[in-house]
Amino acid sequence: MTFVGEVLTLVAKDLRLEWRSRARINATLFFALLTLLLFSFAAGPAQALQAANAPGYLWLALLLSSVLLLGESLRIELENDSLEALRAMAVDARALFVSKALTNALFCFLLGVVLVPVAVGLYGAEVKLGFPRLVGVVALGTLAIAAPGTLYATIAVQIRARDVLLPLLLFPVLVPGLLASVRASSLIMQGDPMDQTGSWLLLLAVFDALYWILCTLMYGRVIED
Amino acid sequence: MFVRLVDVSKRYGGRWAVARVSLELDRSAVVLLTGDNGAGKTTLLKIIATLQRPTSGEVELFGVRALDNLKSVRRRLGLITHQAHLYFDLTARENLLLVARLTGGDPQAVDGLLARVGLADRRSQLVRTMSAGQKRRVSVAKLLLQRPQIALLDEPFTQLDPGGVELMEEVVRELRGAGSLVILATHDIDRGKALADAHLTLAQGTAESLTKVAA
Repeated sequence: MTFVGEVLTLVAKDLRLEWRSRARINATLFFALLTLLLFSFAAGPAQALQAANAPGYLWLALLLSSVLLLGESLRIELENDSLEALRAMAVDARALFVSKALTNALFCFLLGVVLVPVAVGLYGAEVKLGFPRLVGVVALGTLAIAAPGTLYATIAVQIRARDVLLPLLLFPVLVPGLLASVRASSLIMQGDPMDQTGSWLLLLAVFDALYWILCTLMYGRVIED
Repeated sequence: MFVRLVDVSKRYGGRWAVARVSLELDRSAVVLLTGDNGAGKTTLLKIIATLQRPTSGEVELFGVRALDNLKSVRRRLGLITHQAHLYFDLTARENLLLVARLTGGDPQAVDGLLARVGLADRRSQLVRTMSAGQKRRVSVAKLLLQRPQIALLDEPFTQLDPGGVELMEEVVRELRGAGSLVILATHDIDRGKALADAHLTLAQGTAESLTKVAA
């Protein structure tokens, strides 16, 4: 089977498994919505402050929820040693990584698409450059979360303190991608008189490429050693 | 030579699970692997399956260094372990179709194999809702689908009812007849000896003896 064939087969398997255990997706969605709500309480009643901080709150809610999604996505593979079974069937480690990271990116993206209008409504924010651009940033930003997230979730899931370890490993690595996502989102939501959005999106795309290439190359070592 | 181990050892922390095991095993044979709990049977099987790296020693499968040729050797291996190695939220049929797609097996054979292991009427049932014995039968169907040249069976009779045990014995004989090497780890020594050509005993990680089993 070709590399692309393996990836597509594994993505189809992951989507089917996620669909069968929808409770996990629902719980993550409610966690994300609750996080957005809590940020609005923490910021107080000042509407202007909430609107100004909306991009940051949006990305923090997305990041924290993504950690839950990422951990769960790998826990499925550990149940009954399914990951070992895939290794035993000579599945290409890179195909395994790309499929899992793509599925995670898709779910994080869909979560982000749901969170964007909620954040805009809840914080009274505007999206001056339009929703499609903001959704584009969510797509690039979730790609940045999914690649290292999948790699580190695979490492963390094999360790006893996995729930604590995943964010500890992941968050420092994500700082550049997260910073670019927040800045690009801010400019799209609050206006971009200096035309800087393109630079931040370029930076984010470069980090996406770096994360995906490096993580794909490293994944074989992670699951084999 | 299908399997060649040279001074293979595996250490966990300060304990040697497998210590300096050397052996050569060839095709068309059933090798019974016995030993007390913790003797290193599962570890040795996982080393041969290339799923665990030995701390020291050489593992050759089909005449090549296994760890340098993972993809090609794994394609020729089949495995039944303590764990089901199945996705519990997929049906029996979906699990086997996944295996067929990933290993180049014949998807058309899936329904026939499920019928052969006595699960024709449960093919659309989620594995999670099956009994332990039924899950083991799905694993047997998976093994048949893969048609491995080396089959590594770790306690394959566990959880099976008498009919299932009979099926498992039939599968072992069938694989041997097709030229495969079957390594069978079990505590059911009498049943194992009835199937085996050779008997390897492990004690505290060390291979005590490899003897021919009298016909």
